[in-house]
Parts: sequence; C-alpha cells; structure tokens
Amino acid sequence: MSDARTVPMIELQSVNKWYGEFQVLKNIDLQVGKGEKVVVCGPSGSGKSTMIRCINRLEEHQRGRIIVAGIELTSDLKNIEAIRREVGMVFQQFNLFPHLTVLQNLTLAPIWVRKLPKKEAEEAARYYLGRVRIPDQADKYPGQLSGGQQQRVAIARSLCMKPEIMLFDEPTSALDPEMIKEVLDVMIELANEGMTMVCVTHEMGFARTVADMMVFMDKGEIVERAAPKDFFAAPKNERTKAFLSQILAH
Amino acid sequence: MTDLTQGIPIAAQAPRPRWTGALAWLRANLFNGVTSTILTLLCAALIAAALPPVIRWALIDAIWSAPNGQACHGAGACWAFIGEKFRFILFGFFPAGETWRPIAAVVIFLAMIVAACDRRMWGRRLALVWVIGLFAVFALMRGGAFGLSTVETALWSGLPLTLVLAVVGMLVGFPFGVLLALGRRSRLPAVRAICVGYIELVRGVPVITMLFMASLMLPLFLPTGITIDKLVRAQVAFILFAGASLAEVVRGGLQAIPRGQIEAADALGLTYVQRTRLIVLPQALAMVIPALVNTFIGIFKDTALVIIISLFDLLTTAETALSDANWQGFYVEAYVFVGVIYWSFCFFMSRYSQLLEREFNRGRRR
Repeated sequence: MSDARTVPMIELQSVNKWYGEFQVLKNIDLQVGKGEKVVVCGPSGSGKSTMIRCINRLEEHQRGRIIVAGIELTSDLKNIEAIRREVGMVFQQFNLFPHLTVLQNLTLAPIWVRKLPKKEAEEAARYYLGRVRIPDQADKYPGQLSGGQQQRVAIARSLCMKPEIMLFDEPTSALDPEMIKEVLDVMIELANEGMTMVCVTHEMGFARTVADMMVFMDKGEIVERAAPKDFFAAPKNERTKAFLSQILAH
Repeated sequence: MTDLTQGIPIAAQAPRPRWTGALAWLRANLFNGVTSTILTLLCAALIAAALPPVIRWALIDAIWSAPNGQACHGAGACWAFIGEKFRFILFGFFPAGETWRPIAAVVIFLAMIVAACDRRMWGRRLALVWVIGLFAVFALMRGGAFGLSTVETALWSGLPLTLVLAVVGMLVGFPFGVLLALGRRSRLPAVRAICVGYIELVRGVPVITMLFMASLMLPLFLPTGITIDKLVRAQVAFILFAGASLAEVVRGGLQAIPRGQIEAADALGLTYVQRTRLIVLPQALAMVIPALVNTFIGIFKDTALVIIISLFDLLTTAETALSDANWQGFYVEAYVFVGVIYWSFCFFMSRYSQLLEREFNRGRRR
C-alpha cells in the first residue's frame, strides 16, 4: 500500500442506526483510504445500502461518527453540503432527471453548486460523456436512452462535480444482463485512475478485478473484511461462506 | 395523395384500397362497423334536429337593429339589444367619455397573456413586462395621474374588472399555492401545521363566504378610520382562495415525484431551494397541468361571485343591462353574449394547456 492510502477519505467509527425499534446498522467501523476501492456485499436487508447512504447523509446515523474528506457529518447543513460536493453517488435506478437533456443533467450541479460558467460546464460535460463512451447523446432526454446508457450518464453526471469519492449503490442491479458489462467497464476504468470508491454490488468478477478490500455485511454488521484474494479463496466466517457459495454457485 | 407510389416498383405497391381520400376517412372514422354506423347516424339526426332552429333564431330571424325594445321582439334573437348595451356590458359604470381607458386596459391584458404563452419568452424580461403592464392597467383604470381623471374602483366594472380579479388572483395565487403545497410537505411541524390548517380551512369554505368575510367582517376588525378598498378586499379573498385550491393540485404533483429524484439532487449537493426549483417543481407542475388549468378555469368563472359584495363584474353588468325599462326581456341574448366571452377565455386556457402538455412531455417518457 502506498503512503496516500494511509490518509483516510472515509472514516466510520462505531456507527449505529435504527429504524424505530429495528437496528439496521450495528457498530460499523470502516476506513477507506485515498484511492482505495472497497466492495461491499451481503444478503438483501443486511444494511449495506443503508451504510453507504449514510456516507453522504441520504440516511442519518444516530450514534457514532462519520468523517468524510476531513469533514465530520453532523446535522450542520453546511457540512452536509460540503461533503456532498466531494462525494459522487450512482444509484440502482439511475435517477437521471427526466425533464432535462443529458447535457443539462450533467451541467446542472456544476453550474448551480460549483458556480461554473455554463460554457465551461458544458465542455466538461462533453468530455465526461466521451469518457463514458456516449459522446453523441448529449441532446437526448434520459427516457430515450437504454438502461446501460442511462447509468453511464449517471456516472458522468457525478464525475462532472469532480468528486474525491464515488459511491455506487448496486449500479448494475436494475440493468438487463447485456448492459451490465458496459457499465462495469466504465467503473473499472475509473478505478484504474485512482478514484476512491465504495461499491455495493454482487458483481464478483468486478470485485476481484478492482477491489482492495472486500466487506461482507449481514444483519447490520460487518461480518468479515479481507483482500479479495483471501475473501474468495478462504472466507473465515460461516455466514460469508454460505453467502459466497450461493452467489458463486451459478 | 396522388404521387406517393411513384418510383416504387409495381410489385412492392400495396393492393389498391377500394376507397381513397375523403371516402376512406369517412369509412374509417364514421362507418367503421355496425355500432359506429348507428352512432354516426344518431348523432347526425340530433345535429340535424337541433342546429336549424338555433341558426334560425340566432341568424335568420334575428333583429340586428331596432330603435327600442318593443320593436325588437320577434321570432329570432334581438342583437340590437347587445348593440345598444355593448359598451355597458363590457365596461359598466366606467365614465362614458373615458371608454378608451378600459379598452386599452383590456388590450394590454390580452397582449400580456399572449406574450406569456410563448415559452421562449419565459424569464425575467417577461416578469418585467408584466409588472409594467399591470402598473399601466392600474394607471389607466384608476387615473389621477398623467392627466387622467380619477375613477374610483367602485366604478370599475365589466370585463376589465373580471380580468383584474381573475388574472391577479391567478398570478399571485399560483406562487402562493406552490408555497403552501411545499409547506404542507415540510419537515418542520409548525410550518406543516399552519399550511395544512390554512388549506383545509379555506378550501372547505365557499368563495362567497370568503368574499362576505373580506367585505363585511374585515372592516370590523380594523381600527376605526382605516378602510380598505372593496376591490382590494375582493382581490385578496380571491388570492387566498386560489392559493388554497391550487396548493392541493400542486401537492398531487409533488407526491408523484419519485424519491430517487430528490436523493439524486441531494447527492449532487443542491440546496433545498435549488432542488425544489430545478428538479422537483418543473416535473411536478408539468404532471398536473390538466388539473391546474381546471382550477384556473374555475377561478376565472368564480369571479362572477363578486356580485355578492356588489362589485359589477362582466356577468353582473349584463344583468344590470337587462333592467333597462326600454329594453326588457332579452335575457337569452345577454347571457349568450357574456357566455361566449367567458367561454372564449376558458376554451383558450384549455387549448393552451394541451399545447403546453405536449411540449413538456416531448421526449420525456420514461
């Protein structure tokens, strides 16, 4: 590991969260260094999505500390907005803005949040559209694109904010099988360029390729964490073994 | 229709249909099967029965000019009555020598409405045009400056009054309604409670009650010596009422916005105001255009209720015109005349909303 990775970009210290009586996150500790790629997996309802949604405060944690890019998440709106500027997020359902063209989707936040001049924002947007390999769809509406294209636009939209960290919440789960690869290819490229990434995904091939650390969650806890090599070859915990045998069976 | 098949090899041409042109259209749309044929014939019979008497009454047997009411009673409509009362129905008690002022005011209103219909015009400049335009309307109607004689608001009547009440009511009521709808969904309990309470209270009360309250009750609560113009009070009542009814329509749109849209906006770092203005409202409002326009049309027609506090809107001036001893009994003509005016405005709103809907939904289907 290089020196840069000792700088934690994301730090979760015994984070707890409840929905009413039900505890969704139990004493989560997690450190993600600069440039590190973490893949989070686990059965549905294990709290993995909730955890990464806590990192940019789409969900509120009730106990513990979350520090992102050196800023602690409190209820202070200024801090939350500062963190959200540094953290990009890609959703399962893409969540593109259907009333705006692809180009407007990409330039909206740079113009309004980063206060970039429109021309500059559009140049950047076209650059990132090229990066996600859909340079010629800028003037279409999201509804006119395929799922895979929409998700790549969503990635480009996040990148236009030049984030330090990218969060992926099951980015390929809503895609038809033939479109998964085009999205994963973009994500792999991003990983290779040194982006700090936390991905909730069940794409184990992708995990093997890019992950520095695998995190397995179950029932709101981090059950096991290991380098992918060890994680897939010799999982220690029984629950991890059971999960992996199911997910790798086919 | 003639040359569509030119240049296509004969073998590729579809078999020649038995019917072409207008006949084919008739066949496809009016006589397409037994039920359709029966319905077409039934409708045709109804029209044939109803239309000739109407045309006979309105055009053929109509009397177009007459010295007075007695000479105007015949088998057909007495349009001479409308000709005689035209100015009064449209402009009411506005001083007769100054009729050009309400005419100019109505023209300015119509011009501003037409300008606002073009989506490319939407922006700060249009807002400025409207502010100047409304000021010009007020100056024209009220006078007291620019060498115009002062005309008390009590004398404002007919079409200008209806337009002022409706347009200002919608213009101010709409943003007010949007704020109420947003407040109703606020996370702050106090804001939410106030908005819910206000909406439910005002929406559950007839407009007439609101007008009564504004006109009769409000002065009782004001310190002695302070009076508020009756027109202003009616206008405020309309704004309050429009706000509450529009708020519920807007809420419907807000509720239809998927959670993911808000999360995506949040994740990009947009503030609440930016998120609402750029992401939530454009989608929410586009979704409820039909219901919004329905409410607007309702508000427009409800302006006729100001008769209750003796303001003379378009409908009331028409009814007043009927009380002329020289011209008695021309109810149908009077109501048809103002009905056509009301209908024109409402029909215009309805058509415009359809156009807007098409424009907003172009290429935006999920």
